Amino acid sequence: MNVPLKAIGQPVSRVDGPDKVQGHARYAAEFDQPDLMHAAMVLSTIPSGTITAIETKAARSAPGVHAVITHENAPRLPYAPMAKRPQVDAQGGDQLKVFQDPTIRFNGQPVAVVVAETLEQAVHAADLVRVSYEHADGHTTFDRARGRAPSRGNEKAGRPADTEIGDADAALKSAAVSIDANYVQAREHHNAIEPHATIAAWDGDHLTLHDKTQWPDNDRDEIAHVFGIKKENIHVVSPFVGGAFGSALRTWPHVTVAALAARVVQRPVRLELTRRQCYTSIGFRPHTEQRVALGAAADGTLTAIVQEAFGQTATYEEYAETTLDPARNTYACPNVRTRYRLIEMNTNSPCPMRSPGVATGMLALETAMDELAVALRMDPLELRLKNYADRDQHKNLPWSSKELRACYRVAAERFGWSERTPEPRSMRRNGHLIGYGMATAVYPSHRAKASAAATLLRDGTALIRTAGSDMGPGTYTSMTQVAAETLGLPVERVRIELGDTDMPYAPVHGGSITMASVGTAVQAACQALLDDLAGVVKASPDPRLAAFKAGTPEWRDGGLAGPGGVISFAELMEGLGFDRITAEGQSAPGNESKTHSSAAFGAVFAEVEVDPDFGTVRVPRIVGAYDIGRVVNPKTARSQCVGGMVQGVGMALLEQAEWDERFGRPMNGNLAEYVVPVCADIRSLDVTFVPGEDTIFNPLGVKGVAELGLSGVSAAIGNAVYHATGRRVREFPILPERLLMG
Amino acid sequence: MVPFSYTSVADPQAAVRRTSEGHGVEFIAGGTDMLQLLQEGVRAPLELVDINGIGFDDVSVAVDGVRIGAMARLADVADHPVIRERFPVVAEALHESASPQVRNMATVGGNLLQRTRCLYFRDVATPCNKRVPGSGCPAIEGQNRINAVLGGSPDCIAAYPGDLAVALIAADAELMVVGPKGERTVLVEKLHRQPGSTPHVEAVLEPGDLITAIWIPIAAGGRLSHYLRVRDRATFEWALASAAVSLGFEGTRVLEARVAAGGVGTTPWRLRAVEELLVGRDLDRALAHEAGERAADGARGYGGNDFKIPLLKKTVTRALMRVGGISPGEPA
Ligand SMILES: Cc1cc2nc3c(=O)[nH]c(=O)nc-3n(C[C@H](O)[C@H](O)[C@H](O)COP(=O)(O)OP(=O)(O)OC[C@H]3O[C@@H](n4cnc5c(N)ncnc54)[C@H](O)[C@@H]3O)c2cc1C
Ligand code: SF4
Repeated sequence: MNVPLKAIGQPVSRVDGPDKVQGHARYAAEFDQPDLMHAAMVLSTIPSGTITAIETKAARSAPGVHAVITHENAPRLPYAPMAKRPQVDAQGGDQLKVFQDPTIRFNGQPVAVVVAETLEQAVHAADLVRVSYEHADGHTTFDRARGRAPSRGNEKAGRPADTEIGDADAALKSAAVSIDANYVQAREHHNAIEPHATIAAWDGDHLTLHDKTQWPDNDRDEIAHVFGIKKENIHVVSPFVGGAFGSALRTWPHVTVAALAARVVQRPVRLELTRRQCYTSIGFRPHTEQRVALGAAADGTLTAIVQEAFGQTATYEEYAETTLDPARNTYACPNVRTRYRLIEMNTNSPCPMRSPGVATGMLALETAMDELAVALRMDPLELRLKNYADRDQHKNLPWSSKELRACYRVAAERFGWSERTPEPRSMRRNGHLIGYGMATAVYPSHRAKASAAATLLRDGTALIRTAGSDMGPGTYTSMTQVAAETLGLPVERVRIELGDTDMPYAPVHGGSITMASVGTAVQAACQALLDDLAGVVKASPDPRLAAFKAGTPEWRDGGLAGPGGVISFAELMEGLGFDRITAEGQSAPGNESKTHSSAAFGAVFAEVEVDPDFGTVRVPRIVGAYDIGRVVNPKTARSQCVGGMVQGVGMALLEQAEWDERFGRPMNGNLAEYVVPVCADIRSLDVTFVPGEDTIFNPLGVKGVAELGLSGVSAAIGNAVYHATGRRVREFPILPERLLMG
Repeated sequence: MVPFSYTSVADPQAAVRRTSEGHGVEFIAGGTDMLQLLQEGVRAPLELVDINGIGFDDVSVAVDGVRIGAMARLADVADHPVIRERFPVVAEALHESASPQVRNMATVGGNLLQRTRCLYFRDVATPCNKRVPGSGCPAIEGQNRINAVLGGSPDCIAAYPGDLAVALIAADAELMVVGPKGERTVLVEKLHRQPGSTPHVEAVLEPGDLITAIWIPIAAGGRLSHYLRVRDRATFEWALASAAVSLGFEGTRVLEARVAAGGVGTTPWRLRAVEELLVGRDLDRALAHEAGERAADGARGYGGNDFKIPLLKKTVTRALMRVGGISPGEPA
């Protein structure tokens, strides 16, 4: 038996914090090596057409240049089809194949890469490449009339074109009270601090990739297919990721560009995207337009939910989101209809961005719920409670756990919701209009197959290894805690290594599945290690261990307990004469997803302050209460929620790609003009976790947190803006002009 | 990025010589704008002359005015006690500009000559008359929410982004310039040129002209002043609209008025109509509104920036009220 040291649940500071602040943590672009060369890409400047000529002579003869690779001279790459594209990829169409043909599919598509001795030489030579195009008609406008149903791949992946229970349209018609409105949400970019970067080095037909990735194992798989080599020949190393928010889930074309360039010049090559390139060379949250119509009885009981979404996708690949998931199961309602359509555009492919689909769907649904509350003259919180979903009505399953009622209560209390006067424009302070708004937060919890290895070293410390990534939420820290608690060791005696395909397989570090998946694998590996150790102790002829053989072993205080006290791990290893002992552990989803539906929940309340003349909105307070199951580390979990709130401020008020339809290009591709919240925009953020453990969902009792943190925030802010001003802005972000004009 | 050479000079004469004689030679001071433009390939000088070694980096107070060296850092000027006390419009314009990191690096001379934030100017994948003369102006029918509503031409509607120049106009400031032909002074109000058909020519400076100092006459320090800016986020962003107001009073009667606007014009924009309306009248809430209404005289929106017209009026009104100590009253 294992008597836990209480490591889980402690606010342990980031174990990788000191390395990060001292610059010892190395990110993809920082793995310098002898003979490293630098690559700079040339990107298309038209959205659709064909390359008619590509002039590379000047670039080739520029100082330091070793190669200029274009579709004309690039080696043909096999791009072997994968049996099934991983969930992180678009589920329809085909990925972009770099330098394999002259077709231009979007503005910002790689058309050439220059490899040179120094970065400056590469960038300079890239400027010298001249590309001529024949323009072709394309689609650069978001035109609803072109909306089409998702193809089968996306249907199967849970992005259905149409769903209905009951008869929502009829119920809507006959509802006592109803609302029907359209919402627009801008294309958003991840803008993680670390730009995407890859260092590729070949040794014969073996490839090492230092890459920014949220999924090293899949990175390896994808590149193996692109180059038609065995995945065992590829080693992906990615110990640290400087933020990603979903942008590094999948393997983007520039990773292939780096590997290709390295193969051509026969030297290691480093390729780092510039900030502006990050707007077209990776993905983004798609521009989405939605209609929500809600019907209710006079007492607020929902009788109809209709939610329709149009999302943008690329022409070559079909990316779809779970935008309409929340419509189907957030509230109890007998008549629900959803409709999802995709609009193909000449753009780089969109991809998941924190709380993908759900944040978008919740923005519309939760704004609509607020509009319904206004129409009903009902408190918005009351309306939510009235329609509380005790089951997942879409899957027709009970929740594995749901403490949303407690979230509403705790957050409302901490916020002071009862002080809200319902009339819009009724609250004032220092010449500003004050508004209070709220929204529900939800994000489905999933888990995936994962494995980990736990090693006990001779000095009695433990080393845990798994190929999973830590893009910043604190995975190093939380895994340390799980291992420490399982092994009965203090956290200081546990070390974690992540982000390397030489380590045991781990799933994607995204979708908030890591704790439930990798965490349980780490737990299993540590348990397996203890079991193995117990077996060895039992079999050991060493007389000093004789006293520890009786009964079930009791692991505590950093060792094995016996009648005469505890024998430490170090003494055990010494006694056994071992340098190290390793055990692997696996975890996989069981039957729970067939018997239960799992999700993390929350309630978000926001206060806004609106300048009545300028239309500027500031957010003095956000209060959230969350049900994330068992909280492994309240400090890092809080950071996730706080980060989600900050991103929610961006989504509600600031962030948007300024798309030019003539060029098919986001024009504000830099951090000066793509405006995200800064410290001065953020004031009080209050996070509470309500008690709960979800051991039906997984043995650790955890649910996910990262995505949940963004869900609902922007709707709460928008609803507060309505309450402050009496104006319902349905196009996000709520820029000053949308309050001043319109 | 085009390869360039780099020279560091120790005195203004050397700087002027180097720049006026060579071809494609530019000054670099704090580098906070220059580096962005180099990295994005917007500018491609053949040589950069680093003027950080020439001195001219302090604020000196004389009986008849204050001299701010062109190399003084935004942070130092913003914190200077005399600037804060006598010329709050200048201190406030600097204090809320950019970020602490940028303010520690950026010089006041460089600030005046920073280039527009127009999205097309900064993205070399698109045409832009200012960057490549004759290539066209996609902003006029494109994404122009940050562009100008005053002073635009059919060839360019780029907004002048800076704050300091706007405040300096309200303080009657002038510049000391050393050039190949010797020294001269240039009123800050006259520094920038309207785009017309030559939007690539932004200032009245010639190659080799080096700004050595800003001179603010003491008279401006006798007026009450304020700088107000409106932006999407709380800080670290250029103004959507700003107003610099400097008023001399006798009681509540306005004797002298300087009002200028930022973020809305192709150059820092002096609002003479507003000034004329104010002079000789008692400043109260009604007058502030009346004057604010005149702030956008001649303004024209291009779609995305239409909102700047009402925003400008309201910004000027609010700034006037602040200077006059008038509460804006409860929102309707
Ligand atoms: C993120 C960000 C936010 C910002 N926000 C604001 C803001 O809110 N308000 C604002 O006003 N500014 C803002 N700025 C602009 C910033 O203030 C300017 O970049 C800075 O002041 C320029 O000064 P510098 O010394 O770095 O100039 P440099 O970049 O070195 O030079 C700029 C230009 O001036 C020329 N030059 C420099 N000194 C002289 C001189 N003495 N004589 C002649 N020519 C000279 C150079 O040749 C160059 O053309 C911001 C900048 C950044 C990066
Ligand atoms: S407004 Fe001026 S700077 Fe902007 S694109 Fe047009 S010409 Fe270029």
